[in-house]
Amino acid sequence: MSCFDKYSTMGFSNGEGGLAAYGATFFAASTHSPTSIFDPAATPAHSIFGLSMLVLSVTLAIFLIVAGLLLYALIRFRHRPTDSDREPPQIYGSNQIELSWTVIPILIVVMLFLTTTRVILGTEAIPKPSSAMDVIVIGHQFWWEYRYPRLGVVTANELHVPISDPARPTPTYLTMSSVDVSHSFWVPRLAGKMDVIPNRVNVMWIDPLQAGIYLGQCAQYCGTQHAKMLLRVYAQSPEDFAAWVNQQKQPARQDFTGNPVAAEGQTVFMHNACINCHTVAGTVANGRFGPDLTHLASRDTISSGTIQNTPENMRKWLADPNSMKPGSLMPSMHLNDHDLDVLTAYLTQLH
Amino acid sequence: MTTTPVIQAIDETADTQGRPPLNVVYEWLTTVDHKKIGLMYIVYALIFLVIGGIEAVLMRIQLAVPNNHFVSPQFFNQLFTMHGTTMVFFVGMPILFGFGNYLIPLMIGARDMAFPRLNAFSFWISAFAGVLLYYSYIGGSGLYAAGSAPDVGWFAYAPLTAKIFSPGHSTDYWTLAVFLSGVGSIGTALNIVTTIISMRCKGMTMGRMPLLVWLYLVMSSLVFVTVSPLTAAQIMLTLDRYLGAHFFDTQAGGSAVLWMHFFWIFGHPEVYVLVLPAFAFVNEIVPVFSRKAIFGYPAMVAASVGIGFISLSVWAHHMFTVGLGPAGNTFFVFATMVISVPTGIKIFNWLATIWGGKVIFAVPMMFCVGFLFQFLIAGLTGIMLSAAPFDWQLSNSYFVVAHFHYVLVGAILFALFAAFYYWYPKVTGRMMSEKLGKWHFWLFVIGFHLTFDFMHVPGLLGMPRRIYTYEAGRGWESWNLIIGIGAAIQTVATLIFVYNLVKSYFRGEIAGHDPWDAWTLEWAIPSPPPSYNFAIDPTVNSRRPLWDLKHPEDSDSSYE
Repeated sequence: MSCFDKYSTMGFSNGEGGLAAYGATFFAASTHSPTSIFDPAATPAHSIFGLSMLVLSVTLAIFLIVAGLLLYALIRFRHRPTDSDREPPQIYGSNQIELSWTVIPILIVVMLFLTTTRVILGTEAIPKPSSAMDVIVIGHQFWWEYRYPRLGVVTANELHVPISDPARPTPTYLTMSSVDVSHSFWVPRLAGKMDVIPNRVNVMWIDPLQAGIYLGQCAQYCGTQHAKMLLRVYAQSPEDFAAWVNQQKQPARQDFTGNPVAAEGQTVFMHNACINCHTVAGTVANGRFGPDLTHLASRDTISSGTIQNTPENMRKWLADPNSMKPGSLMPSMHLNDHDLDVLTAYLTQLH
Repeated sequence: MTTTPVIQAIDETADTQGRPPLNVVYEWLTTVDHKKIGLMYIVYALIFLVIGGIEAVLMRIQLAVPNNHFVSPQFFNQLFTMHGTTMVFFVGMPILFGFGNYLIPLMIGARDMAFPRLNAFSFWISAFAGVLLYYSYIGGSGLYAAGSAPDVGWFAYAPLTAKIFSPGHSTDYWTLAVFLSGVGSIGTALNIVTTIISMRCKGMTMGRMPLLVWLYLVMSSLVFVTVSPLTAAQIMLTLDRYLGAHFFDTQAGGSAVLWMHFFWIFGHPEVYVLVLPAFAFVNEIVPVFSRKAIFGYPAMVAASVGIGFISLSVWAHHMFTVGLGPAGNTFFVFATMVISVPTGIKIFNWLATIWGGKVIFAVPMMFCVGFLFQFLIAGLTGIMLSAAPFDWQLSNSYFVVAHFHYVLVGAILFALFAAFYYWYPKVTGRMMSEKLGKWHFWLFVIGFHLTFDFMHVPGLLGMPRRIYTYEAGRGWESWNLIIGIGAAIQTVATLIFVYNLVKSYFRGEIAGHDPWDAWTLEWAIPSPPPSYNFAIDPTVNSRRPLWDLKHPEDSDSSYE
């Protein structure tokens, strides 16, 4: 990446630590992290990246000039043992100089302000294309609910969106609110963050340009398990996305002939308090407090992206969610080993 | 040397030294002397600085490696809440008020603050507030046995503070502590403003006040305007929690964003409330150790007042991610960027003060040099954050944490350390050890940069603040380890500083009136100053009265 080449040498130009950090940042950003803001993969993140490069260059230039002058002054005008005892000439000020270092910063500020405004308008004030897809994002302590109103799909924690072709853009508009406290939706490679606030509706949009999984996490402190409220965005080709939607629109599997263990698990589920909080479409379970489980087994993770969705993890989670995520609002139902086994068998069949 | 009122004052006060108090404890508990109250503010703040520092170290241990189980999530959340609240309300504010209390009457040639008893009241109520906050560890469980210390974050966003999400009394301890500290702050601010307006000695026009006094005037005026909304918001929150009001109760139609506005109309000017006194110290110390008058005094005053006003219109840059819409965002981008102009003027004037001087690198000056470079960087990362779209990425990330610690530690704490080394001889009559001071400085610089330079990086790599742990594989691990090592070095440096404070009190070299060959009024009287400061009211003819005495051939008054 050319920007990377251009900035990677910054760290060597000066001993001052802040700069070293910048140089190192660009190095690390381009190599390691799946959540680097300097590795944009959608239009909003790209335009922020462009702006950030401009701001970084301007501030770097200011730093080099001012810090250089300071360093020079401190060395050049240091007190030397050979100096006479006389005090240096007293200079009280100069209007011309004051004026110049007032006017020049004002010009820089105006330039930065106009550039910033352009990016703000380009992200927040552009009309929504008719080809846009809508998703309602609802923040919960400590997980994400996603509803696709025009597609009739409800899911949790793993957001599936189609990729967007710049020629025929299909951005995804996220209409966001919270049922409890404030959260913030932040997937750095796709866009800046937007707070998810109760009794308020915020809108943001993303248009991933390439298929892939984009990671992020809640960025507004929301209580005990703020740290384990991760975000996973699956950007898929239009075909893959259509297939996913088709599959998610099906009601939950209810016929477990040939799998008596799962059938027994279904009975355990439907006769416990599980149904008060969770929905399994097509059954009596229609709770809204916890994640929709209709297609739980189709997800890669549980516990808001923090645990791989394997039968072992699922069983451990069901036995005591707080052992894996202390502060989780899902209580342990104190099920016996047998019930845990059959319930796990049931839930892992909800494809 | 001709006899001037100032010299007479020195002679006459020298004889009246050495009357020991009958009962030391009683004397300190009941004192209304601005110097004693100032010292109590400072010592009290230092105790909380150590407590807040321990909390920071515990957090850094927890975060040093991914998936750590050193502390529980609940305990971690309490740690960052208490750390932030402590450092802002029970370290930053009291220590700066302490210095102001001690120095302002001395610098304007007054014998005490305008309202000595209000002064004592303000100190004691602030002190009580700090104790109340920490009592929550014992009494915070309430009826529900839910948590102990507050765990809602130092800006306590609604509705996380609502009774339903924060049962028990922990949030109430936070609310009441912040409320009482606000009462104390407003009292002291009122006192400082009145003292500066009406207690200046003969000849000290507003245009001749030391810059420190100007900055405290701006800072205290800001406290009125900013602490009041915060204090009001605490009352509203308490009404929400106990009397069914719905200001911030989103379940009943209240507004979470309203709390943010209340908090940040306090919270951002608060940064300037804390940093203006830091500027004040640097304004006094840099000229003395450059052996030159401050460059552009009127511009410095204008810039300070300008910062005071502009800082009242920038608060919503903390809320760029709230969905203010393009108009709101654009306005606050502009206001925030504009504040860099007067701030830049200050840095340039300090540079010009050094330029052409004879810079003496004593410990106070070393800390000021650290301040200058670090404040420059903090300001530049501030410009990055002011560009709203960039902030959409950086807000609430570790980049922000690094940025404001660069201001609070890199600028404010460095200036405070400079102030300690500079005025310690005046307060105690003894010099602090220069050798230990240099150890303190270099270790702290190294620790500071290890911690806070590298703290920017995980933020750029997507690490949000206030998470008690993180998974491996995000590219955050090594940075957090380095940050932790830096924190350990800073701890050692701080211990050296505390040791130096104590040791020098008993063993330090005798300082005399004026060890730095300085120019403001406080150096004209003995160290430590007698309880009445000046035996007779001094008269001044210029901004640097002692310079004029020492250099009658080249006096400031002839320049003016």
